[in-house]
Amino acid sequence: MPIFRFVIQRLLQAILVTLAVTLFVAFAIRLTGDPAVMMAGDSSGVTEEDLARIREALGLNRPFFVQYFDFLKSLVTGDLGESFFRGSVRDLIAIAMPSTLLLAIASMAVSILISIPLGIHSALHKGGLSDQFIRVLSLVGLSFPNFWLGIMLVLLFSITFPIFPASGFDSWQSLILPATTIGIILTATNVRLVRTQMLETLSAQYVMVARAKGLSEWSVIYKHALRNAAISIVTFLGLQFGNLIGGLVIIELVFNWPGMGTLSVEAISQRDYPLLQATVSILAIMIVAVNLAVDLVYGLIDPRIRVA
Amino acid sequence: MTDTTTQTTLSWFKRFLYSRYASFEFLTGAFLTATLVLLVIFSGLIFPDGGTKVNIMARLTEPFQSADFPLGTDPLGRDILARIIHGGRISLLVGLFSALGAVILGTVIGLFAGYYRGFIDAFVMRFADIQLALPFILLAITVIAIVGPGVDRIIILMIVSQWVQYARLVRGSVLSLREREFVQAARSYGLPNIKIIFSHILPNAMGPLIILLTLNVANNILLESSLTFLGLGADPQTPSWGGMLSEGRSYIQTAWWVTVFPGIAIMLTVLGLNLLGDWLRDELDPLGQTR
Repeated sequence: MPIFRFVIQRLLQAILVTLAVTLFVAFAIRLTGDPAVMMAGDSSGVTEEDLARIREALGLNRPFFVQYFDFLKSLVTGDLGESFFRGSVRDLIAIAMPSTLLLAIASMAVSILISIPLGIHSALHKGGLSDQFIRVLSLVGLSFPNFWLGIMLVLLFSITFPIFPASGFDSWQSLILPATTIGIILTATNVRLVRTQMLETLSAQYVMVARAKGLSEWSVIYKHALRNAAISIVTFLGLQFGNLIGGLVIIELVFNWPGMGTLSVEAISQRDYPLLQATVSILAIMIVAVNLAVDLVYGLIDPRIRVA
Repeated sequence: MTDTTTQTTLSWFKRFLYSRYASFEFLTGAFLTATLVLLVIFSGLIFPDGGTKVNIMARLTEPFQSADFPLGTDPLGRDILARIIHGGRISLLVGLFSALGAVILGTVIGLFAGYYRGFIDAFVMRFADIQLALPFILLAITVIAIVGPGVDRIIILMIVSQWVQYARLVRGSVLSLREREFVQAARSYGLPNIKIIFSHILPNAMGPLIILLTLNVANNILLESSLTFLGLGADPQTPSWGGMLSEGRSYIQTAWWVTVFPGIAIMLTVLGLNLLGDWLRDELDPLGQTR
């Protein structure tokens, strides 16, 4: 498949998925309850006319598709309108999104720092005692709920030994416990990935050639094997990053982290349509965008992918 | 006579040692999983009160102090060990039924998508793309806000969002199987497509499915605890691991055991299933399709 067609096809696919996701979100959110009732409060003096006035003021009485297209327009222009209770949606997201991205990047960094050396070590000592140990350890890491690990780290490092803050985001130290929590969970998966990929490249012919040439073991492992394994590893990490942005909800809640997850959950409990619709849609669009970018880059680097 | 008996026992033991079952993964995984299943089945006999008996006088008893409450008590004086063993019911129920539902739905759709291609195939693949872009926890919170919390809703939500992975896996296997000689042969005999799909293709696609199913049960037990922790699952009266964690969280400063022990229960359960899944992968999927 020519490269141009591949790019266009993936782009169209991404746009379709974005439309479907936003439509689904807009539809599902409208089923969660009537925000007019929520806004009017639970005082008994609220009449049906009051509710109608609130709906009118919020534009909730317009047909669904009119509201949906308005929302799409607002996504494109970046003017996301007003939240029901908390001012400009764009301002709220402008604060929450960087916090989430920071946490996601820090977690990935923790995981990469641990999993690449451990994975290489495992691959080089395949079947040995340390390989078995790392394998079991990574299975253990896959076996606890991430929020529980977070609570345990808080118990250990903010209550028993008060070293790091347990919640909020006041300084860089606040980042350590949540990023370590997610980092450990990601490491459990990534160690196995690095190991498998390294085993594959280490048995490839070009590695044998490099060895036969008499290159140093360091050069064989890092310059030949790791670089070739890196294509798959980086692709996987890219997809993982996309998922992570949408998957931090519980950890953000546990650590009271002011990110997109916390913002979305607050929006759900307040029936804040404009805010919720914007946060969930933007998270979904970011995931689609990251996946698209990974696919395109992978397709450019490795032409075999385009055919599949 | 005695000689032969020792010989047979020896050879039985030897046969075991050289079999595929003599592996750390299988033995530990099977032990953990079997223990959990037995405890859950007999939980009513071991703790007849179901771990719901409130005993304010004994509230927040420390663990390992009294024989009545080996793992201590929670803020209402309820026995943590009893609640953990009863709580396993919910986890096992959700893990098992959600994964079974998803595997059945996904397998049937995947078989047809891979065999007939065309519209249904395109639909499955696009649906998978959409699914991948929706953050599951946020989706779950939104849907539960519409339909209200409950164990049954959680199971349905998991089935709806997870059948796709089975469908993709099965579709992949079918795409290569349908070109194989034995399928061609079945077709040339004039067998109906339904028969070819279910008795010739499906049995050959089972290996990766079983592996994914095992890991999926493990994963859904984790997911159930997360959702219940957020208050979306079982009601707080029913003992459940996620619910215990969420209750214990407010007492973490003074009573660590309320949070630590249910977490360990989750970990051992999921670890057992993960070990079994890993072992199955080595045995059934040497080519690494499910990796």
